[in-house]
Amino acid sequence: MAVLDVNRIQKKYQAENGEITALKYIDFSVEKGEFISIVGPSGCGKSTLLSIIAGLMKPTSGEIVVNGEKIEGISNRIGYMLQKDNLLEWRTIYNNVVLGIEIQNNLTSENKQRVNQLLKTYELYDFKEKYPSQLSGGMRQRVALIRTLAINPDILLLDEAFSALDYQTRLTVTNDIYQILKQERVTTLMVTHDIPEGISMADRVVILSYRPAVIKDIIPIEFGLENRTPLNCRKTPKFSEYFDCIWKELS
Amino acid sequence: MDNPQISIERIKYLKRIKRQKEKILAWQIGILVCFLLLWEILAQAGIIDSFVLSQPSRIWKTCLNMAQNDLQKHIGITVYETLAGFILGVILGTALAFVLWWSSTISKISEPYLVVLNSLPKIALGPVIIIIVGAGTQAIIFMALAISLIVTVLEMLNGFQNTDKEYIKMAQTFDATKFQIFRKIVFPYNIATLFNSLKINIGLSLVGVIAGEFLVSKAGLGYLIVYGGQVFQLDLVMTSVIILAIVAALMYEAVALLQRVVMKKYGH
Ligand SMILES: Nc1ncnc2c1ncn2[C@@H]1O[C@H](COP(=O)(O)OP(=O)(O)OP(=O)(O)O)[C@@H](O)[C@H]1O
Ligand SMILES: [Mg+2]
Repeated sequence: MAVLDVNRIQKKYQAENGEITALKYIDFSVEKGEFISIVGPSGCGKSTLLSIIAGLMKPTSGEIVVNGEKIEGISNRIGYMLQKDNLLEWRTIYNNVVLGIEIQNNLTSENKQRVNQLLKTYELYDFKEKYPSQLSGGMRQRVALIRTLAINPDILLLDEAFSALDYQTRLTVTNDIYQILKQERVTTLMVTHDIPEGISMADRVVILSYRPAVIKDIIPIEFGLENRTPLNCRKTPKFSEYFDCIWKELS
Repeated sequence: MDNPQISIERIKYLKRIKRQKEKILAWQIGILVCFLLLWEILAQAGIIDSFVLSQPSRIWKTCLNMAQNDLQKHIGITVYETLAGFILGVILGTALAFVLWWSSTISKISEPYLVVLNSLPKIALGPVIIIIVGAGTQAIIFMALAISLIVTVLEMLNGFQNTDKEYIKMAQTFDATKFQIFRKIVFPYNIATLFNSLKINIGLSLVGVIAGEFLVSKAGLGYLIVYGGQVFQLDLVMTSVIILAIVAALMYEAVALLQRVVMKKYGH
C-alpha cells in the first residue's frame, strides 16, 4: 500500500483581483521509503503542492491520503522543510532542534536522546550550545533538517531546501542527507530547480507542466549501482541520458 | 575567537577605538563645563538677568537648600508616578497589541479609532481625567498612561504583524497553536521592538506625569515648577527643571541597562 496518495488535487487561489489556478490536476502516489523529486517551471505550483500535502493549505478539490487515512489539517506524520532554514536566532542550536517536539508537547527523554543522536550523526553535537549566527550555511541547513526529522516523520517534504548553499556544500550536504534518509527509510518528496540534483537523489522524478500544473511525466530513475549515492551516480552514462530526457520535457 | 594570541593590528585597532571614545567623552564634558561657566560669568557680569534665567551658583544653593527640606519627597513622588504609568502602559499596551494581533478583524475595526486617539493630544483630557478619577496621584498616573498607551499599542502591534512570515509558517508545519506561535516566535522576535518602545515610553510617561502634576498641583517636580513660577522663585523653577532632566536621563539609562542585560540572554 502506498504511504502517500495525492488524489486528483486542484488548487485555485482567490484574490480580490481575480482567481489563479495553480494546480489543475495532480494525481500520483508514493511508496514507503521512496525518494521523489519534483521539477517544473518557476511559478507552476510546486510549493503550492507541498503546502497542500503538508496540510498547511486546503486544496480546492481532491484529497491527500496518508497511510490510508485522509488528512485534515497538519499531520505530525509529515515533516516539511522550507526553503529558508528559519532557525530562530535567539535560541541555541539544541533549542532550535527541539522546537518541533516542544510545540507538539513531545519533549520526552526518548526524543531528546534521538535528537542528540541526530546531532552527533550530522557532526553538530559540539555546536549544541552555539547560536545560529555562529554556523555556516551548510550547518544551518542540517540543523533545520534535524529539527524536521526530530518529530520522526513518515514523510519528508523538502522545498528547494538546499538552494541557499554554494555548489560544493550543496553536493556534500545532499550526499549526507540522502544517506540518512535512506537509512531511516523516510519517504521524501523534494522540489528542486536543479535537474541534476533531482536525478541524483530520486527514485522517480515528477515533471510538472506550466501553470496551471498537470503532471507531464513521471520518470523512474534506476542506475543499477550496488551502493548508489548522489555523488557516484552522477558519473554514470545513464545520468546524462536522464538529464537530456527531463530537459526536453521541461522546455 | 580563532586566535587566542591578540595580534598587533588588533591591539592598535582597539587602542584607536578607545582613544576615539575618550575624545568624544572629553568634548561632551567640555561643552557642559563651558556652558555652565559662560552662564555663571554672564550672570555675574549682569549681561543676562539672573532673576529670570537664574545662574549655576544660585541653582546649586537652591538645590542644597531644598535637600534640607523635602526635595527627596518630590523626586520620589515624580519617579513613583512615572514608573507606575510606565509599567501599566507597557503591560496594558502589550496586552492590547496581543489581542489586536490575535484577531485581524478587531484590529481592522479599531484602526481608525487608534489613529485618532494617537494624534489626539492626551493632555487635553486632563481636566476630564481629574473629574473622573479625582485630583490626586491616580489622575497623574492615568495621565501618564493615557500618553504612553496608544503609542505602545501601535508600536508593538506593528512589530507583531511584521514578524517574518516564514518563521510563522515553519512553526505551523509543526502544528503550533496560535498561542504557541505568539509565545515561541512572535514575542521573542519582537524583544528589540519592545525595548525601543520602552525607551520611548519612559520619556512619554514623564511628560504625562509632569503635565498631571501641573494640573493637580500637590506634589512632585512638576508641582515645584508650577509653584516656583507662581511665587516668582525662578531659581526654584530652574533647579527643578535641571533635576528633572537628570531624573529623566537616569530612568532612560535604567531601561537601556535592562535592555543590555535581557539582550545578552535573548539577543543574537
Ligand atoms: N497566496 C497566494 N495567493 C495567490 N496566488 C498565489 C499564492 N501563492 C502562490 N500563488 C500563485 O500560484 C502560482 C504557483 O505558486 P507556487 O509558489 O506554488 O509556485 P512554485 O512552482 O513553487 O514557484 P517557484 O519555482 O518560483 O518557487 C504562482 O503563479 C503564484 O503567483
Ligand atoms: Mg516555490
